[in-house]
This record gives sequence, structure tokens and C-alpha cells, in this order.
Amino acid sequence: MKKKIFLGLLGVTLVFVAGAFYGRISKQDVVISSSTAGASYSGGYQGADKSAGLIRSVAGPAPTNIVVVKDGESILAAVKAAPKGTIIRVMPGTYHETVYIDKDDIRIIGVIEHGRRPVLDGEKKLNDAILYSGNNFVAENLEIRNYKGNGIMGQAGNNFEIRNNVIVDSGVYGIFPQLGQNGIVEHNVVSKIADAAIYIGMSDNILVAHNDVFDSVAGIEIENSRHAIVEHNYVHNNSGGLLAFVTPGLPIKDTVDVIFRNNFVVGNNHENFGAPGSTVAGIPAGTGILVMAADDVVIEGNVISDNKVSGIIITDHAHASNISADPESDPNSDRVKILDNVMLNNGYDTITEAKALLLSEGKVGAKNLDIARVGPSPGSCIINRHQYTAVGVDDFAECEFTNTATTVNYLLPPVPPREIKPGERGKVVFLGICSGCHIYNGRMIGPPVQAIQALYLDNPQGLADYIAKPVKKREDYPEMPPQDYLDPETRLAVAQYMLQVTN
Amino acid sequence: MILSLVLVTAAAAGATEPASTGFTLNASCPPGFEKTEAGVCELRTLYQFYDSLEGRGLGGTRTALPPHRDGFTPQQIDLGRYLFFDPVLSGDGTLSCASCHDPTRGLSDGRARSVGIHGTDAGRAAPTLWNVAFLKRFFWDARADSLEAQAGGPLYSPREMGNTPKQLLSSLNGNKVYRRLFTEAFPAATGRVTETQVFTALAAFETSLVSLNSRYDRYVHGYDAALSDREIEGLNVFRSFVARCSECHTPPLFTNEQIAVIGMPEPVGQPFDVGAEATLNSPKLKGGFKVPTLRNITRTAPYSHSGAFTDLRGAVDFYNKGRGNAVPQGMHLYLHWHISDPDLTETEVDRIVDFLGALTDETFMPQRPARVPSGLALDK
Repeated sequence: MKKKIFLGLLGVTLVFVAGAFYGRISKQDVVISSSTAGASYSGGYQGADKSAGLIRSVAGPAPTNIVVVKDGESILAAVKAAPKGTIIRVMPGTYHETVYIDKDDIRIIGVIEHGRRPVLDGEKKLNDAILYSGNNFVAENLEIRNYKGNGIMGQAGNNFEIRNNVIVDSGVYGIFPQLGQNGIVEHNVVSKIADAAIYIGMSDNILVAHNDVFDSVAGIEIENSRHAIVEHNYVHNNSGGLLAFVTPGLPIKDTVDVIFRNNFVVGNNHENFGAPGSTVAGIPAGTGILVMAADDVVIEGNVISDNKVSGIIITDHAHASNISADPESDPNSDRVKILDNVMLNNGYDTITEAKALLLSEGKVGAKNLDIARVGPSPGSCIINRHQYTAVGVDDFAECEFTNTATTVNYLLPPVPPREIKPGERGKVVFLGICSGCHIYNGRMIGPPVQAIQALYLDNPQGLADYIAKPVKKREDYPEMPPQDYLDPETRLAVAQYMLQVTN
Repeated sequence: MILSLVLVTAAAAGATEPASTGFTLNASCPPGFEKTEAGVCELRTLYQFYDSLEGRGLGGTRTALPPHRDGFTPQQIDLGRYLFFDPVLSGDGTLSCASCHDPTRGLSDGRARSVGIHGTDAGRAAPTLWNVAFLKRFFWDARADSLEAQAGGPLYSPREMGNTPKQLLSSLNGNKVYRRLFTEAFPAATGRVTETQVFTALAAFETSLVSLNSRYDRYVHGYDAALSDREIEGLNVFRSFVARCSECHTPPLFTNEQIAVIGMPEPVGQPFDVGAEATLNSPKLKGGFKVPTLRNITRTAPYSHSGAFTDLRGAVDFYNKGRGNAVPQGMHLYLHWHISDPDLTETEVDRIVDFLGALTDETFMPQRPARVPSGLALDK
């Protein structure tokens, strides 16, 4: 199971690649571009309001309601008691709990006193430290240790900010927002994670910046996600540093528009301790940046050094022998764009198959490997290719741009919550819930709406109160179950709706 | 006033069931649907107030549903209901759609594998029809891409309903009541009943089978007390990355509709089922099946594509026994990466089962007609 992905398949590739590359090893005119001059990348996400400038926050205005949790108290209890729109300040101390947040506008903000943080300690018994599904969630200044699942996991929360957290040995992923839009993951220190330290899964409009990630199987992984910028991170001593993947079998089928820029991707040679069967278990330990089936990935301005297999590997699903298939996903890495990067001492102890590839391109005696590409990668480009020791990029075009300076970020301004008019809510609640028992003029489980209208005419509040605590009124009908799970405004809205319908 | 309304009620009560003299089609939309000015039924649910990434209808609690089918007329839906319950649709007049998709059995049949015409083992379990309006793929191996495309499968399979297109149309066209009802449901059409109309009416009825009012849904919409402490605990195990259930059984439908190779066992004596390998012609998907919804899951035992698990706890426990625990010897399967070794405690497994019980809602249970136009005896 732990067999490296690329073993075997690189071997297979060799059979036909060798023929393809032999004979055109020698002459290519050297084209030298300056990345401080020249055109800037104009592709990528265009939906952001450029006039908004640099977006520093996506979670909206900070709530004014503040509660404080002290050592010995429960963060979860505070979350459960909090109305939406609450800052929960967590004082230094140790907290053994799983905190879940299923409402909007909750911020869990640690208070750091003289270097002491609030510590969530799962003691290797608890699954996840923080699970959120609410929108506008913020987690800051926490220390998270010893969980089995994730440090911080999001399920569909939008406009999230996860910053300044220290996460150590906390299971499968350190920080894992999934199925969310518009989020920032920055200034976190994440280590000893069995899969990816930071994993952006099936999410859009993401910034991952200024994080320090190390001692994990994967450093930062962008998977089945779109419009992500990963910049200014220090990614070191993982098995693989930065990953842009399409994983087959997920409901979101592509990874498009990722910028890896200005990161330090250094010495990612950690033994691969990924779980058997996990996708990352196939990463050859010693990989700086790995692009698999992702499209429009720009790699620019990174310092990529001392990664023993290769600085950059670009591949497809067919060449990853532990990867399943997905007929709905394009298996190739299309339109990869490699701009200027500082590459030092990569590939010094690479895998046999990569050596064979080097040989096949006539790069006899190469002591390093900066870029290895196997599998189709149509529409890709590169600048200043002469500076790298590379295989499989001879057919890359010259990029028509040299930098991404005009792409500030892909974040969106905070979106205000949708306003729902009471009338609309009343109608939908009636049709979605009440209509199972009541129709306008016929007998179902409950009496017809017409009969209810006759009773309550101008008394919607009376009807709203009745449905919260019904009593048996009619011999020939069963007693109505209480609808007290609807809040008072919703009950009134549905009562008003019922009293005015005409069919 | 009230007295007269009661009388109206009594009179209207007949409208939902055919009077003894004949069959009529309901002119009102089923529960959960609004009749628009155009006279078609559109679904209304609180989930419409939420959004989802890329409009895919997958995520966490307050996430929108996937795009769905609706917009049929009340008459088409009600005609579909008669067809659904009428054994005239089977080759020998003994089986209706409801034989294997019985509303009182979670729109399934309570069997490990369905029993088709002449007592034939149909090979796979009948999937529930709750919330099929939201699905894009049908059958365990995802071989149909619409409800209409699905309909012909069981109808014409010699292991299921054993009918033929020719016999189906001749029996419907030979029935005066059906001819009238089809004209009512498809007023623009002229001439004989067509297969397309049959499939449309069945699809129309099936899209009305909506279950979105479980206690879980009440929790989602803001009522924290809808779930017990044990169920909340179960929800958190369910969505944790140790158990990873919600990675594929993703809310709000509790399926992500993907093909997953999970390596569930076959019941003793049952041959290995290659599943989607055959339909998608992809060896890497050998043993792959469409992720089923978990809504109303407590109503549809036994579990798995061929009924290997008699109860829910057994099905949940399978995942806890470790990756590949039931893969036949010598067979290589590309098991889904989420199939892991979660090593949950027995209590955690119990809590997941508790939580799954909160996904039950049958308030929009369809009404079984007292009689069907063919005059055939209704299947029990």
C-alpha cells in the first residue's frame, strides 16, 4: 500500500517516453525573460472587485456580544449558549473537548497571555477539536493537540478565517475547510499531521498565507478547489510540500486556478507516514511541489530547495498507480505555468524511474532534478527554462507573462446574509411542513385550511400560539403534534400565511 | 359557517380518492408543493433559503439542496401514482412498482434482494425512492441518468417486472379509464398512450416523494433541542474525520451521489457483484456502487446493494472493522480512500446509529389508492 505512486508508472512511462525524447535533447535557443519586467498574468479568477483592493477579512464586521471562557469551563457550552453573532474569548488553560458550531457569526478567539495559549487537548481520545458548519466563523490564537481526526474542520461554512493557531499532532488534517467559499487560512503553525497540515477541500476563493507547516505527510494541499492563492508559507520537512490535486470520486470534479507563489519549500524529505490507502501515502518522500490533474496552476517566486526526489512533479491520474478513476474528471494537469523560482539542490537522491527519465532525455550525469513532468499536460508554459534541470518540459511553450503581480487575491468581500421576508418564510414553512397534514379544502390528517381560517379569522397570533402547544379539538381528527421547534416569528409568519390563502 | 365547512370537508374527502363510479385525477399538488399560476407543482422547502458551493447541494447543516426535478402538473403526478400502484405494469399482472418500493417499507421492500416476476431473485436490493427528485443517477450502478431513463429498467427486466413495451402500451390503451386519465394528464397529446407519457407520469409521481422534515432538519433550521444529546454526539462522530461518514453521505441529502468502492461483503452464497465496473467500463471501479441516501434509513433494512447486513448497526460496524475487511481473497479493489481503520469505540458506533434514527420523516407518505384502473388486485 505504501508503494510510492510514481514508482512503476514512471517505469511504464519510460518505455514510450524514451523514444519520444531521444534525439531532441540538444539545442534549444536560450530565451531569457525578466520577471520584474514583462506582462503580468491576466488569467485566474476575475470575479473579485478589484477596486476593493487587498481584502484582509472575509467574515464581516466583528460581533459586539462577547463572552469569556476560563480554564476549567467549557468552550462548547459557551458556543451552545451563544446567540449567533458572538465572540467567545478563551483564556489560557487546557480544554478537553470537541467544539462544534452549527450557527453563523461565531468567533472563537484565544487570549494569549505571556505566551500561554488556550490549549485544546484531545488526549488522543477525541476525534476533532473544532467542527464548524456555520458561516462567518473565525478561530484564532488557539493551540490544538492530540486529536484523532482534525484540528479544525469546516463543513460548508462560508467566509471563514482561521489564523494564528498552533496545531500539533492532531490527526488526519490540521486545518481542513471543506465545501466552503471565501476563506483565509493564515499565520498558523501546523506540524506532525498524518495527511495534509492544511487541506483545502472542495472550496472556492481561498487564501493560504504565512503559515509554517512541517513534519507532516503533506504540507498544504489544494484539492478539488478553485481560485486559491497559496503564498508566503514556510513548508519544510514534510514528505511532500505543496500539492494541487484532483482526487477522483469527489462530487466537485476539478481543481482550477491555483497560484503557488513566494513560498519557501525546503527539505520536504520526511518519511511518508500516510495511512495505507490514503492518496498522500503515494507521494514520494522528497517532493517539493506536486501537481496532479489540476489545471491552471501558476508556480512563481518560490524558493524550492533540498527536496531529494524533485523540486516540482507534474503528473496525471494514469501515472498514479494508487489512484482510482473518475470518468467525470479530466485526469491531466492542463496549462501549468512555471515562472521564475529559485531552485537549489533538488532531486539529489531521486527515485530510479526519475533517473531513467533523465537518461531518456540525454541528461546523462545529472545530479539534480528540479522539475519532472509525466503524463499529458497540454497548454503548459514556462519561462527561463534553461535554469532548471528538468524532464518532460521541452514541449512547454514560453509563457506570455512573467509574473502575477496584478493578481492581488481571489477573496470576496463579506456577503451580507440573505434577507427572507416573513411572507415568503410563512409560505415555505406551510408548504414544506404543514401541508403534510393540511390542504385547503380537503380532509387529510388534519382539518382543512378553510376550517382553520373560519376559526382564527383575524387572530394569527392565536393560531401561532395554538400550533406551539396544540390541544385536541376535534373528535374525528388526531391531536396535532406541537410545532414549537419553529421560532415565534416563524410561527406567526406561517399563521398569517395560512389565514390568507385562497386555494 | 363551521357546520357548512365540515360538510365541505366531508365532500372533499372523496376528492382525494376515486369515487366508486370512476377515477379522477387530483387537481391539487401533493404536500410540499405549490401550484404555480402555470398550473404546475413546484417544491417548497426551507432549504431553499440556503446556498451551496457551486450550487451542488453538498456541505454541512444549512446548505442548499442539489438542483431537483419538479414542474409537473398535479394530474401527471396523480396519474403516476395510479400507475405506480397498478400491477398492470408487470408482465403477468402481479407486481407493481410499489411491490418493491412500498411506502410502508421506506419505499423499499424489506428484502435483502428484491423478488421479481415468478419469484425471481432480482439480484440487488430495491433502493428507497425518497428524495429521488434530487438525484442525477439511478440504479446502484448509476446506469441511468434520469427517472424516465430508469423506468424501463425494472419494467422490462425479465428478473423484475417482466413486461414488454408492446404489452405495456396495449394494456394501457386497451383500458378506457387509463385512456381518459392520460388525456387529462397530457391534454396537448392526441392519440394513443405512449411510453414517454407513462415514464413522464411515473417520474412526476416519484418527484413528489420528498422527505425533509426529520428531527435532523429541525435542528438544521435552528431548533437545537430537536436532537438528543446522544444524537448530537452521533452527528459529531458521523461528520468527524475519524469516522468520515459525511464525506460520502453528505448533508443535506446524505449522499454525494458518487460511485464508491467500499468492499462490502456479499451475503453467503451470493456471487461478487462488480457494480459500476460494468456500467462505466472502468476496472478501477470494480465493486463500486452509488452512495445511497441515509434519509429514512431506519425504514429500509436490510442494508447494502445485496442485503448483507440485517440491521443498521451491522452496516455501520462494517466500516469500523477496517479497510478491506470483506474483500474476497485474491481480489484487488481500488477501495475508496475514505475507507480507513477508524477504530471507533462501541459507544461511538452506537451513537452513529442513534443519529441515523433522527433522519426519519415520512410525513409526505404517498397515499395508496383503494383501487387501480386496471381492476387488478393491489399488491399487499
